[in-house]
Amino acid sequence: MTTPAKKRKQQRLLLIIIALVLLSVVAALMMRAMEDGITFFISPTEIAENGKAVGERFRLGGLVEEGSVSSEENGLVILFNVTDTLNSTPVRYRDILPDLFREGQGVIAEGSLNADGVFIADKVLAKHDENYMPPEVMDILERAENYDENKDENN
Amino acid sequence: MIVELGHLSLILALMVSVATVLLSFEGARRGHVASLAWSPRLSIIQFVLVSASFAALTYAYVTSDFSVLNVALHSHTEKPLIYKISGVWGNHEGSLLFWALVLTLYAAAVSVFGGKLTPSFKARALGFQSLVTSGFLLFMITTSNPFLRIDPPALQGNGLNPLLQDPALAFHPPLLYLGYVGLAVVFSFSLAALVEGRVDKRWASNVRPWALLAWGLLTGGIALGSWWAYYELGWGGWWFWDPVENASFMPWLAGTALIHSVTVVEKREALKSWTVLLAILAFSLSLIGTFIVRSGVLTSVHAFAVDPERGVFILGFLAVVIGGSLTLFAMRANLLKPKGQFEIISREGSLVFNNLFLVTVLFTVFLGTLYPLFVDAILGEKLSVGAPYFEATFIPLFIPILFAMVLGPIMAWKKASLRATLYRLKYVAIASVVFVALVAWMTSTYEVLALLGLALGLWVLFGVLWSVADGMSLGRVSLASSYNRLRGFTLGRWGMFVAHLGIAITVLGIAVSATWSDETLANLRVGEGADVGAYHFRLDGLQPVAGPNYSAVRAFFSVSKIGDTSQEITVLMPEERTFWSPPTQTTEVAIYSMLKGDLYAVIGNETQGGRWSARLYFKPLITWIWFGGILMMLGALLSMFDRSARRSDGEDK
Repeated sequence: MTTPAKKRKQQRLLLIIIALVLLSVVAALMMRAMEDGITFFISPTEIAENGKAVGERFRLGGLVEEGSVSSEENGLVILFNVTDTLNSTPVRYRDILPDLFREGQGVIAEGSLNADGVFIADKVLAKHDENYMPPEVMDILERAENYDENKDENN
Repeated sequence: MIVELGHLSLILALMVSVATVLLSFEGARRGHVASLAWSPRLSIIQFVLVSASFAALTYAYVTSDFSVLNVALHSHTEKPLIYKISGVWGNHEGSLLFWALVLTLYAAAVSVFGGKLTPSFKARALGFQSLVTSGFLLFMITTSNPFLRIDPPALQGNGLNPLLQDPALAFHPPLLYLGYVGLAVVFSFSLAALVEGRVDKRWASNVRPWALLAWGLLTGGIALGSWWAYYELGWGGWWFWDPVENASFMPWLAGTALIHSVTVVEKREALKSWTVLLAILAFSLSLIGTFIVRSGVLTSVHAFAVDPERGVFILGFLAVVIGGSLTLFAMRANLLKPKGQFEIISREGSLVFNNLFLVTVLFTVFLGTLYPLFVDAILGEKLSVGAPYFEATFIPLFIPILFAMVLGPIMAWKKASLRATLYRLKYVAIASVVFVALVAWMTSTYEVLALLGLALGLWVLFGVLWSVADGMSLGRVSLASSYNRLRGFTLGRWGMFVAHLGIAITVLGIAVSATWSDETLANLRVGEGADVGAYHFRLDGLQPVAGPNYSAVRAFFSVSKIGDTSQEITVLMPEERTFWSPPTQTTEVAIYSMLKGDLYAVIGNETQGGRWSARLYFKPLITWIWFGGILMMLGALLSMFDRSARRSDGEDK
């Protein structure tokens, strides 16, 4: 006969073991999920400097370059450049454009680069209203603005 | 004048709530009867004062009083009345006021309906609830006052984001907050129980209805929000693993675990400290959820830096509430001695299993939601954790939950046999597998995940139906006595069946719509059409439309079956709307719901040569997702009114 106290201890031990096993399985799951679940915000300058592997998903942020918008397939495909004022990256997007997509305005595109260095976007987010600038885009523009100063400091 | 009265009333409410805290705890400690009697009365007074304050702000919104900063920032004279009212809780300050209103509403409800509670327990619970209220009111008055005036008054208001001018979204936050804050009652009851060192059947049956009410309302709120995302955002999706959505999903997961573990306390007096811990966790997540959504920290960590006063207060408040309650737990949990023994394979064991997995899911969602914040705060790097992460962790962890969901309720308390339980479910298993095989063969779909989802949905669906039949001994006894047994089911049991049925329906909706949806991106001239799965959408025309505060282009799509274009199913009329204040464009989706699925059309922009871009969908069984949500909510409410558990005290003694 096992006493209730002893039995309770055994049960608690078993429960702890189950929880630990579950935890390690979950940790493994999360590590794997993190690999393709995380998307970074990248600026055109960072692409120009460090490059980016073909097919790797990320978010490209910046402004829609003035005069860069053109189209294909009777307007269903939109081509434009995203710029952070230092460098720019060509983007191709085949879908309905978001409301308030304008030249010179902030934009975030999600997708990956193809072999020709064109960013194939499957999602384009523009701002919701006239006054709003996505904070990520703001960040990218600020970095570009301070770029020259940083260069000088490093030399 | 009315606005000043509202402000005054808010300050009075703070004073009364602080008085309630002091009086309740001192009265309970000394056993002073007169003080104890005042605790519920003061709680009701708090509610009256905060209601007056809320009414004053609503009045300012309805009359478009633009001398009030909050109204000037978030309203507009041309906004329809209902959205003027919903604008009250559509912003940071107003939503806090609404929170405080609901907090005091629940405290007043406990005061009125908590007749079975001992006076000292009631006072302590109300004391803790008032402590939270005091924190909220203090935060509002010092950093987020909705009654601030501006001089000179604004001529016109800034308006409200037109995406939010929608009936479902007008009522989504209130429902969600009723759920969030309902968890505060469970939290207060748990802390009071820790102080008294007693968690037993009585405590559990007093807590259970509040937990179920909160969970049911939270479920409704989340379902409403997801439905809104589906028909308003125009992406055809219904859940985006957006941090704002996750913020409401996390307390839901904790609450789901809670309503299951509290049953174990009620029936078997086991899992006591675990249940109390879950209650603390669930409410803490509600608080974190509200603050991360409302403080703007999600769009940028720097929102804290822009407004350091609020940020510091929020972090301090969270630290006090969460840290304080966990400290109390650490000090007192050893007093909660479990009584009911059970084997691992038993009803209790299955509920522990459910809790273990739900909390694990919760943990992965929590990490994914807050990870970008940590990275931004520490490394200054911008990244986002998207749907692939959540799907890769959520789905594998939910599969065991769904599988076990059918086993648990038919297992015996204390000790059961896994093999015998599985054997009893053989027909359920066979039916599910055969059904899935048929579907796979008929649609030529061999995606493992899709079929697994379908199989699990059916497993739960058939499992629930089988459990009902088994519970009434259908076929083993006469029909009349079967019927009598059915009538003998407690409301709690019905609630469980209905809620689990809801899960099955939602899972089936998710699996089927994710696997068999059709989507076409078209670029059409008037008179041209596009095929979407088995349907043909033809653009019949376009027409300008003038709304109350917007102008729009409306498209007309007539939809028919391919090969039978004479038979028109419906005409879908999606719109592209341009609002004037603030100048914003939105798309208005057109949806036609049929038994087998939804026809869904979004009109884009004019492209070239008189063409318009459009996204057209057929989404099979998608409405089942929300229908399941309604069933879950209904199940919770049914179970809430179950009083039988209290009558049959000591069935296992």
